[in-house]
Amino acid sequence: MTFWEIFLQQLFNGLLIGSFYGLVAIGYSMVYGIIKLLNFAHADIYMSGAFVGLITLSLFANTFVGNAWLGIVLSLLISMLLVGMLGVLIQRVAYRPMLKAPRLSILITALAVSMLLYNTVMLLTQGQYKPFRTGLTHDSFFVGPLRLTETRVVLLVAAIALMIILHLFITRTMYGKAMRAISLDRDTCQLMGINVFQIVAITFFVGSALAAAAGIMAGVYYGTVHFYMGFLIGLKAFTSAVIGGIGIIPGAMLGGLLLGLLESFSTQIPFVGTVWKDVFSFVFLILFLLFRPTGILGRAESERM
Amino acid sequence: MEQIKQKEKNLNPFETAVEKLYELFDNTVLRYSVLALMVTFLVYLPLSSSLFTQEIMTNMFFYVVVCLGLNIMIGFAGLLHLGYAAFFAVGAYVTGIMSATYGINFWLTLPFSMVAAIIAGLAIAAPTLKLRGDYLAIVTLGFGEIIRYTVRNVGITGGAIGLIGIERPVFFGIVLDKISHFYYMFFILSIIAIFISYRLHDSRLGRAWQYIREDEDAAAAMGINVVSTRLYAFIIGSCFGALAGSFFAAKMTAISPDSFMFIHSVMILLAVVLGGMGKIPGVVLGAIIVTLFPEVSRDIGQYRLIIFALVLLVLMLYRPQGLWPERQFISTKK
Repeated sequence: MTFWEIFLQQLFNGLLIGSFYGLVAIGYSMVYGIIKLLNFAHADIYMSGAFVGLITLSLFANTFVGNAWLGIVLSLLISMLLVGMLGVLIQRVAYRPMLKAPRLSILITALAVSMLLYNTVMLLTQGQYKPFRTGLTHDSFFVGPLRLTETRVVLLVAAIALMIILHLFITRTMYGKAMRAISLDRDTCQLMGINVFQIVAITFFVGSALAAAAGIMAGVYYGTVHFYMGFLIGLKAFTSAVIGGIGIIPGAMLGGLLLGLLESFSTQIPFVGTVWKDVFSFVFLILFLLFRPTGILGRAESERM
Repeated sequence: MEQIKQKEKNLNPFETAVEKLYELFDNTVLRYSVLALMVTFLVYLPLSSSLFTQEIMTNMFFYVVVCLGLNIMIGFAGLLHLGYAAFFAVGAYVTGIMSATYGINFWLTLPFSMVAAIIAGLAIAAPTLKLRGDYLAIVTLGFGEIIRYTVRNVGITGGAIGLIGIERPVFFGIVLDKISHFYYMFFILSIIAIFISYRLHDSRLGRAWQYIREDEDAAAAMGINVVSTRLYAFIIGSCFGALAGSFFAAKMTAISPDSFMFIHSVMILLAVVLGGMGKIPGVVLGAIIVTLFPEVSRDIGQYRLIIFALVLLVLMLYRPQGLWPERQFISTKK
């Protein structure tokens, strides 16, 4: 392969992986923006989303023979709804009572919820990889030098469409406006008659639903799902959120795409290769925290007292 | 102590009983005699108990040391560290590589293991400590996984199989190779750890940590350098972990990446939270419970982690101060 062929191929791979990171990163960033919590359980919500998708997909397995995409889209929507509700439930049980407690406590409850989800799924699946049967074909076609499959193109388009829908939701609706207001000043919002708890619940719903979508897309892309799939992507999505500027939603999308590209191109560096790409992105996180902790889009802000 | 006044608060029967106990232990003679009795019991235990009991007890002392190390970060300084197992991995691997590959005396490896932990700690903590605590939590979480990944993929650490043939330490001509030797070794280590923890708690540095934990901005306004003070907590805590790891390597003589899974970090965290963050006797109690609980209830096996997670969640929601109760009396010395 020539340089340009490799370049284009890695560019496409990077954008695709990056859009998954971006979708998960949005959840971290939204929750962080609104209640200043780093939701450890988010990575496990992504993983749960993939498993809920697997279950709903198997329910449709015989209904939509010959039209695999219809089944996938339907199970995607149902899983987004269910996992979004799971996110709201977690928020209600584990986070809402802790909002006034010391910061350490809420971080520990987040960790506990994460462990709970992770270990429950591990127990239910006996720790095995589960095949994600979609019935899609793997025929590839060429666009110029770029080798693509239908699946990969649809996934990338869908991920970007979800991001655009979210962006419209945040900028054009009252709920989006309320979210942005709460992230600026929660107490004042309460005084202005905004139902803060309701908006926080909606934030968790949207973030979790997007994570579930990313989980199912990852399932379609890789062909298998397992209980451990959330851990690394959680760390990378967090890295993406930091790169873009945590709390800033377009930043999370941008950071995700950027990290995906970086990682995809880093596999071409002789020493890094595919073995060290995970370590590479972690080093990248440390470097970012060291030199630009507010991210690309973030401004330096002093914390209010 | 007549000048002690009860807080205006209704105590439940359990807390009243605890207060009675505290009052009883205000008597210095009684307190020290109970402590002496406990120490004597623990010193004589290996002479009259099975190897199995000794093994569990050794493991328990090991947990006391690492929990006290983590307690310096979480309990004293309020830094949530989620990759503590990585630090005892650093210590264990430094000792393991030096001893198994280069045949260096065990005791000489200890300073190197501490230096390695300090370097690792600085690399992780220096960028994150100026930021909010959440960053430290996720970076340490990632670090734990990265260390495990690295030792699995690097030649010098023996890859996924790990290191074997770590030499037994020699202590004044005695080769420490019996379980009772390690029992005493970890027993002494945990006593040293308790002693250091108490001294640190009451030191100028310890008070600075507690001040920062309670109110970071006020502490900074009073002239405490928040970042460097936190860094000390991180470094000292890491050294505890690395030393415990070195001794762990010497005891096991073989280590592999799987000895340092995330679950160990979680169990140590659970012990600290369960006993009560920042309270030394509480943390010791937490370490004892976490090590003994799986032994007395073996059949729960696979549900163990789910139970741990639930315990952690319920504790945080309903009893964030942990099992070991805080004294309810406030002293009003005139």
